[in-house]
Amino acid sequence: MATKNIYAFYTDDDVLLSAVKQVREKHLHIEEIFTPFPVHGLEKAMGMPDTRLAINAFLYGIVGLAVATVMMNYIMIEDWPQDIGGKPSFSYIQNMPAFVPIMFELTVFFAAHLMVITFYLRSRLWPFKKAENPDVRTTDDHFLMEIDGHHGQDIEELTKFLYDTGATEIKLIDKEGH
Amino acid sequence: MYTVTNKLKIFAIVLMVIGAAFTAVGFFNAPKSEQEVEKMMNEHKAEHGGEHANAAASHDAKDAHGVAVHDNHGDADLAGHGKTEAHGGGHDSDTSVTAVFHQLQNRPWSAVYVSAFFFFMIGLGALAFNALQKVSQAGWSPVLFRVMEGISSYILPGGIIMFILLLISGLHGNHIFHWMDPEVINPKSSHYDALIAGKSGYLNVFFFLCRAGAFLVGWNLYRWNLRKFSLKQDAEPDGNVWYKKAFKHSAAFLVFFIVTESIMSWDWIMSFDPHWFSTLFGWYVFASMFVTGITTIALVTIYLKSQGYLEFVNDSHIHDLAKFMFGISIFWTYLWFSQFMLIWYANIPEEVTYFVTRIEDYNFLFFGMVAINFLFPLLILMNSDFKRVNWFVVTAGLFIVVGHYFDIFVMVMPATVGKSWFIGFPEIGAFLFFAGLFIWFIFNTISKAPLLAKGDPFMGESKHFHY
Repeated sequence: MATKNIYAFYTDDDVLLSAVKQVREKHLHIEEIFTPFPVHGLEKAMGMPDTRLAINAFLYGIVGLAVATVMMNYIMIEDWPQDIGGKPSFSYIQNMPAFVPIMFELTVFFAAHLMVITFYLRSRLWPFKKAENPDVRTTDDHFLMEIDGHHGQDIEELTKFLYDTGATEIKLIDKEGH
Repeated sequence: MYTVTNKLKIFAIVLMVIGAAFTAVGFFNAPKSEQEVEKMMNEHKAEHGGEHANAAASHDAKDAHGVAVHDNHGDADLAGHGKTEAHGGGHDSDTSVTAVFHQLQNRPWSAVYVSAFFFFMIGLGALAFNALQKVSQAGWSPVLFRVMEGISSYILPGGIIMFILLLISGLHGNHIFHWMDPEVINPKSSHYDALIAGKSGYLNVFFFLCRAGAFLVGWNLYRWNLRKFSLKQDAEPDGNVWYKKAFKHSAAFLVFFIVTESIMSWDWIMSFDPHWFSTLFGWYVFASMFVTGITTIALVTIYLKSQGYLEFVNDSHIHDLAKFMFGISIFWTYLWFSQFMLIWYANIPEEVTYFVTRIEDYNFLFFGMVAINFLFPLLILMNSDFKRVNWFVVTAGLFIVVGHYFDIFVMVMPATVGKSWFIGFPEIGAFLFFAGLFIWFIFNTISKAPLLAKGDPFMGESKHFHY
């Protein structure tokens, strides 16, 4: 059975947020929302699960800290022992104050870069990828809410409801069943 | 309007009474004469004589291992350098009866000084935070203004106590400030200290007290005006006349504050070690007072909420305060480490003495304090969700408050009591006494005005603040 998806356009993020709440109260399924900029509180309003990116960032940071420790220990202590600050102790722990800036920087470096890469992978983004947004205006000043229409609702009534939530334009899209 | 519960009043009074009693015991137990100290030290030696002999024997055994062992003790090398310098300037050998006598006499005074300064700086930190909120026209924080005003009110009694303590030192009622001794700048004296004498144009009792007085008057004047403007803005909010006045005064105060706070930290703390200097000391003390001030704002807010007041404060406000506690704790660690690493790296005797005395005589406290002030806030408050769970914020907050007390403790004590430190009657007593006075005073001030500064133009935004 072919289903219909509904694209509802909004021109204001506050209107969009209140529309999301009303749509969810009606137990309609929101497939996706396209916005020109991150809308504060949107993921909470959509009821999306919490991001696990923060946990990843913490783990990546620990990896960075470990890499820095192993690296500095190999370079400065084992491979070519250095007399640091006139204190020839040749011990990692006793020379640690000198390594702390590097340990800190690599922790931040790993957390930041791996987090960005994870985010790209998770969002299926890569160089030369074709944009997925259904309407170019969502990169400018329009907000687009994509709603599943396959519950066999009365499309007329649904359209009217969406206009009442503040939509400025509504499109019906035929979609192969998936 | 908030009324102070009898329970809280009794709690504060009990703290003050126990604290005063403990402090009195501390003063009473301080030795009155050098003979007393000598007798004490002899008894001590008799008790521990055997142990010392053993320790010495095992030490010899260690040395016998030779160069390899020695090389593994880079820190010992660093310590060795400093030791001669640490005791070279003006002080006699640390173990001499006279030195221990002076240290033990200084102990109760230093304990009172540390606690008096610690609670004074909480008030000052909260005042600086309040001024920053005004100047940045922050939209989230106006619901907390009355709490901040309450906490900063402590700088009046706290400032008077600080001035009295400095005055007692200046009039030679005690000897916690080594440079105040007229002998050290007298070229004919055997105690003459050329370095201190060279600084006496700045570091003399009269100028020192003038500076302290001017700073205290300046800070209190601003605090008094800020409170007055805040109350007047509630009474006549039209045109935001009083709000604008508060904004201008706050901007001027922040300029005045950062200069005077820096000088205050050199005068009131860094001058305990008159030979030593650090150019970021003012920032370091500021970070300490700022994070403790913010933590106290969070603790008092959570307490008042638990009593059913401050219904307009939601968990997003707590979340923001916890973010500040987390961030400024890391900022403090950054400054602590910047000061430590540069001095450790360069290893110049005149600078490294400061850390040598702390690492040798206060090792556990010195590094334990860093762990408490850095690791606990970092790990407890890292998770975003934990920042809005009250008991997490309170746990982290108590660690921060205790940790920064010890921060001030290891800033002051090594210079005044040296090796003869102990956490006993005067230290605990002074802390409890000033804690009681602080609680009594700030909650009394909070109870004197409505908890909502309803005239503030940002109040609507603040009430609806949502993260």
